[in-house]
Amino acid sequence: MHRWGLRFLGLSYLLVVLAAPVGLVFWRTFEHGLGPAWDAVTTPAAKHALLLTLEIAAIAVPANTVFGVICALAIVRERFPGKGIVNALVDLPLALSPIVVGLAFLLLYGRNGWFGSWLAEHGVQVVFAFPGMVLVTIFVSLPFVVREVVPVLREIGTEQEQAAETLGASPFQTFRRVTLPAIRWAVAYGVVLTTARALGEFGAVSVISGHVVGKTETMTLHVEERFQAFDYTAAYAASVVLALVAIATLVLMSLFKPKEEVRR
Amino acid sequence: MAIVARNVTKHFGDFAALEDASIEVPSGSLTALLGPSGSGKSTLLRVIAGLETPETGTVELDGVDVSGQAARKRGVGFVFQHYAAFKHMTVRENVAFGLKVRKRPRAEIRKRVDELLELVQIAGWADNYPAQLSGGQRQRMALARALAVEPKVLLLDEPFGALDARVRKDLRAWLRRLHDEMHVTTIFVTHDQEEAMDIADQIVLMNHGRIEQVGEPRELYEEPANEFVMTFVGPVNRLGESFVRPHDLELRDEPNGQTTAGRVERIVHLGFEVRVELRLEDGRDVWAQVTRDEAEELELAPGGEVFVRPRRAKIFS
Repeated sequence: MHRWGLRFLGLSYLLVVLAAPVGLVFWRTFEHGLGPAWDAVTTPAAKHALLLTLEIAAIAVPANTVFGVICALAIVRERFPGKGIVNALVDLPLALSPIVVGLAFLLLYGRNGWFGSWLAEHGVQVVFAFPGMVLVTIFVSLPFVVREVVPVLREIGTEQEQAAETLGASPFQTFRRVTLPAIRWAVAYGVVLTTARALGEFGAVSVISGHVVGKTETMTLHVEERFQAFDYTAAYAASVVLALVAIATLVLMSLFKPKEEVRR
Repeated sequence: MAIVARNVTKHFGDFAALEDASIEVPSGSLTALLGPSGSGKSTLLRVIAGLETPETGTVELDGVDVSGQAARKRGVGFVFQHYAAFKHMTVRENVAFGLKVRKRPRAEIRKRVDELLELVQIAGWADNYPAQLSGGQRQRMALARALAVEPKVLLLDEPFGALDARVRKDLRAWLRRLHDEMHVTTIFVTHDQEEAMDIADQIVLMNHGRIEQVGEPRELYEEPANEFVMTFVGPVNRLGESFVRPHDLELRDEPNGQTTAGRVERIVHLGFEVRVELRLEDGRDVWAQVTRDEAEELELAPGGEVFVRPRRAKIFS
């Protein structure tokens, strides 16, 4: 009885806060059949928005993966002054509202910003353009790989790495053959979270992009823009596309994982 | 390949792990670094391996100063207490690791690994993962992995410390046989004096980061250099200023002028050996180790009176 009660509670909670809203979006999208939904996501603006979102993620995710692993290694394995600050700084994007992030970048790279004027003289446009959108996306999705990898690095300790060293492995060989395989699931999970965040980012991108339809409009911005224009079918259909991309990432990751767990 | 460490000092924060420690390990020997926990024995081993950088001091392998060399260049085989198995690799891949990073031909690696797995008696487990092995098997795998690269010296850090008593004894005997076959200069760290006495040619006894005494097992037991050595390598009774081993305490049923009177408090039968716990007239508690026959002859019983005389005793100034 007790167990059923718990299950019921857990399930209803998930149903109300997770399944119902997402389900509703799917239902609304296909309310009038596949046709209108398909038409809505194949307009030039929608296609461009999807492509732009994927392009941004394609830069932000690898960058944060490489940097995240390096950062985690430094936090766990190295001793240096200011380590505590680095460790805290990594969490900053989680604490800061994306709007603030967007404004900060606007101030820094805008026409009168510290870097902005210098960059403008050299013909580089960051604000209201692709580079700015990539930068804020990197910023907001930075903590995930670090936060996934740090505890695993702590747990595996340094003995395996030391063993590799005494067996003649160079630091790079040790990393590639011993450390990386040990943390790969943490990295993979971090990548999934980073990807999800990069795809779904709205606030910071909204501020820095300037909302130019067909130019600096990502998928999330496209959803909002269509919604404001009372084009609900297009807004819902674009949301569904976003959700499907995210689900596909999750599925891709879980495809590899069970096999590995059996082996252990 | 002789190992020499000279005047090694190492601190961890305020804690002095090693203070001016020097040892010499003859080529081909099996040496035990013995001491209580925190005595610096593991740190000294890690300094020799190059896994720890000392503040002062040098390490020589076969007359060559390797102090500035990275661990991977020193050609040492190192075995860790908790195996340090590569969890994501099979037993075979674990053992092959050192050869693989040296880019040896595949056929050669396979042949060598097969030999080693045979040697450490885990050939049947070659394609299993370390998690599927028992502790003893994992440690033998770790040993095979260390031996694969033909190390000049073998360093074992409490290699049997994580194993249960039975497996420990088996592995001990097996390690001694292995050493006798291969003659690789070997140092192993242990806090178990019986283990050290059992298999080492030479024991280096450490305490508080310093070397207390170096010698053959028998030497340490019979000629301890100081009170610490005497009490660490075997049981001891204290009689006034002198230290007596329990088996050097003679029990008599009558006084003879040199004896002290005492009362039997408790008798413990351990098969051939009998432990007799006594309270002497001056109130001091001691215990004597006698044979079963002696105990019967003296008709020892709790509450009875006996007379005690040390056959031999040690006094340290």
